[in-house]
Amino acid sequence: MINYIWMFLTIIGFIFAMVNGTVEEVNQAIFEGAKAAVTLCFGLISVLVFWLGIMNIARESGLLDKLSVLFRPLITRLFPDVPPHHPALGYILSNMMANMFGLGNAATPLGIKAMKELQKLNGKKDTASRSMITFLAINTASLTLIPTTVLAIRMNYDSAQPAEIVVPTLIASFISLLAAIAIDRWYYYRRLRRKR
Amino acid sequence: MVEIISAFSLWFIPLLIGFILLYGTWKRVPTYEAFVDGGKEGIKIAFTIIPFLVGMIVAISIFRASGALDFFLNLVRPFLERIGIPAEVVPLAILRPISGNAALGVTADLIATYGPDSFIGRLASVMQGSTDTTLYVLTVYFGAVGIKKMGDALKIGLLADLVAIVTSIIIVTVLFGKL
Repeated sequence: MINYIWMFLTIIGFIFAMVNGTVEEVNQAIFEGAKAAVTLCFGLISVLVFWLGIMNIARESGLLDKLSVLFRPLITRLFPDVPPHHPALGYILSNMMANMFGLGNAATPLGIKAMKELQKLNGKKDTASRSMITFLAINTASLTLIPTTVLAIRMNYDSAQPAEIVVPTLIASFISLLAAIAIDRWYYYRRLRRKR
Repeated sequence: MVEIISAFSLWFIPLLIGFILLYGTWKRVPTYEAFVDGGKEGIKIAFTIIPFLVGMIVAISIFRASGALDFFLNLVRPFLERIGIPAEVVPLAILRPISGNAALGVTADLIATYGPDSFIGRLASVMQGSTDTTLYVLTVYFGAVGIKKMGDALKIGLLADLVAIVTSIIIVTVLFGKL
């Protein structure tokens, strides 16, 4: 889908350039856009290096595992179909912690391991189980403590207070997480009603 | 209320870093070496997103410079402004669930164009940070275990994204006003 959107933006742009006579501006936009993107990425290196460095300390010191213990009672309630001491829950928690601390690259392999454990419990191997749907609903809502990349972009463009969006982002992602859980439950009970 | 939240936003990062450093030292982690190790990952990320951002920012720049963006935004503007949504964030709202890096390109473009401390700049920041890329997450995770029937997962993910977008607009409007 992203391929079509990308093509659409470019081609429609060219057609408008033809109609509006803005070819010169478009030519300039191509090279300036590319330059802006690369400059931005270099600006991001500083924050990304620093933040992922700090987060690696959190991971190696076992802080993330410690935190995941706090969340365990909550998780067993969210996944009633998974036995309370099943390894799937451990992976789900580690995945959530890694996502919360902005370690996206560490989160993905943990999430895949969680899915594989959930698949072992799944009766129909080609159909998503209830627990899988709940897990992905939580995952796509993405509760992040510090939106590192956004912070870096804001710093790069000289924000007076780059960090002022941290708490608003936290509130918005928390509400969307609650919504994801509620919507997931609602769809689950609707599936049950339909089966009857 | 607003002052408390912005003070907390400002102190959140130093406190978190300080806590992690002390905790790591207490647990006898070689903090500096762990930091350097993790930091290498940051360089990798910054470099891998270059082609994503170049592709998307160039396409958006073409779209804007040609006058196409204004044309489409003016079509939806009267309706959206009545309910307090700036039309400029519509492309971001559409792209956010589809591609994380493409959305990041749009966010960067909005922040560069309107300024990080403008209403649109703040709104784009919160929208980008508050949800994940639903389609990407579903494709990767379901693909990894060979699930073909996703059930209601896509609907749930997209509805949650919608909630995140609406909440972002409300929160940014309430906390910072429409400047």
